[in-house]
Amino acid sequence: MRGPGIWLRGISGFGLAFLYLPIVVLVVFSFNASRLSAVWQEFSWHWYGVLWHDEALLAATANSLWVAALSTGLVVLLGLPAAMGLERLRGRGRRSLETIFLLPLVLPEVMMGVALLLFFVMIRWPLSLATVVIGHAAFNLPVIIVMVRARLQKLDPRLEEAARDLGASAWQTFHRVTWPLVRPAVLGAALLAFTISLDDFIVTFFVAGPGSTTLPLRVYSMIKSGLSPEINALSSVLVLSSMGLVGLSLLFQRR
Amino acid sequence: MNQRPPSVESATAPRSRFAGCGLLVPGLLWTTLFCLLPMVVVLAVSFATRGTYGGVLWEFSLDNYRDLLHPLYGRIFGQSLLLAGMTTGLCLAMGFPLAYYIARMPPRRQALWLIFIMIPFWTNFLVRTYAWIFILRTEGLLNTVLIQLHLISTPLDLLYSNEAVLVGLVYGYLPFMVLPLYAAIERVDPALIEAAWDLYADRWSLFHRVLVPLTKPGIIAGCVLVFIPSLGSFLTPDLLGGARSMMVGNLIQHEYLVARDWPLGSALSLVLMLMVMGSLLWYLKAQEPPAGERGGQ
Repeated sequence: MRGPGIWLRGISGFGLAFLYLPIVVLVVFSFNASRLSAVWQEFSWHWYGVLWHDEALLAATANSLWVAALSTGLVVLLGLPAAMGLERLRGRGRRSLETIFLLPLVLPEVMMGVALLLFFVMIRWPLSLATVVIGHAAFNLPVIIVMVRARLQKLDPRLEEAARDLGASAWQTFHRVTWPLVRPAVLGAALLAFTISLDDFIVTFFVAGPGSTTLPLRVYSMIKSGLSPEINALSSVLVLSSMGLVGLSLLFQRR
Repeated sequence: MNQRPPSVESATAPRSRFAGCGLLVPGLLWTTLFCLLPMVVVLAVSFATRGTYGGVLWEFSLDNYRDLLHPLYGRIFGQSLLLAGMTTGLCLAMGFPLAYYIARMPPRRQALWLIFIMIPFWTNFLVRTYAWIFILRTEGLLNTVLIQLHLISTPLDLLYSNEAVLVGLVYGYLPFMVLPLYAAIERVDPALIEAAWDLYADRWSLFHRVLVPLTKPGIIAGCVLVFIPSLGSFLTPDLLGGARSMMVGNLIQHEYLVARDWPLGSALSLVLMLMVMGSLLWYLKAQEPPAGERGGQ
């Protein structure tokens, strides 16, 4: 077998550099003391200090964490039963329900955003943090369903049947047999949904009301209102935290 | 499931079937209320008339769709299709060699490289777009470096152009291309590639007579996964393109939040959705022959 040629190594190396250089550059310049952010002056933690004392940013972070936690809780409560229900269905009904459940995955995000905005305005539901939670739960539901179903499909159906044959009630079967088996997948999916919710900009942009600024909305307005090395510092923190969350999610799914 | 004696089947089957339906109700209600119903509202509003101060007048009209024929909108749709198409092409050109390179590594290193491809994909999209502003703007890193190296004397206008949007889109969606391509190439029997070499195939014939036919479903999957989000993108053209390179996503946002013409915005977003659904159907059709369910993403 031939080894990879120079051109192949070259393009692959270029691809990887293309993916990483921008992120690396951001992180490196977050330690730059200079206010003119693209000229290197000297190493400093200064912008991380600024970050820590930025009240608006901290409030936005708190909002984001609340939204992510509530919407994730909601989609787990809705998605786990739905995934189990889909597994029990057969034939045509299953296919059409699958399509309905997976629809938010393929809708353009802008479309999802404007549709929800229009809907909330029509039913006169004032835009607030609650509408953001609902929006996030709408696009994250298929994420949970897809990931939990992948796990359910690998389970031996005889385990549940054995439990039922031995006289366990439906709840006991779920609680003592199914749940322990799907728990890692549910946790992994929940972490993923949490990360997606934390990162979401577009749907939030349309359905957030006044005073319900989330972290991405805040980052967006910071970028729009002129650049400061503070954004680099913030970006570095975000890069690190989403890497951590995804690492955790992978760890859960592997078990 | 199949080997069970019939008596047991009849004892539990009806109960679990109804239980299955009950389990589906909350999720189905949620999706209906907060996904299907809003889409129906968009559809209805797209046939309504704009109120004098924004808002919606419920008078049936086809004007919004007629307005879409205006050359200005046609240009933006054309530009979006072009940018999304070029993004897809560039991602394929860069992603195929990369995926091939990874698929031909020892398995341990493959896993590591795949994680490397995944990490930027999981990094906040805003942050990744901001990185390009930081690099490309007038006082940005690239201009600073070029001036310090005395390669240029005045900074180049790089940001707020179609090229900047293109770079941002390729950067954002390259992992979507690499992952399905890798999955397809990894399944190709190395003996086939060996055989091609032994039969004096050059690189180009190896690529287009052996690899492309064998990995076609992966290529189509990657292209659709890149094309769909590129076509509907909002953030990348908004931050890197500015007023000069608007895409459909920006136009929709403009109609809704700035011009407050909801009926027109609704018609626009439905057309965008039809384009997305069209490419998705084409993808599903292309994926069908090799059989088997390819669920989700």
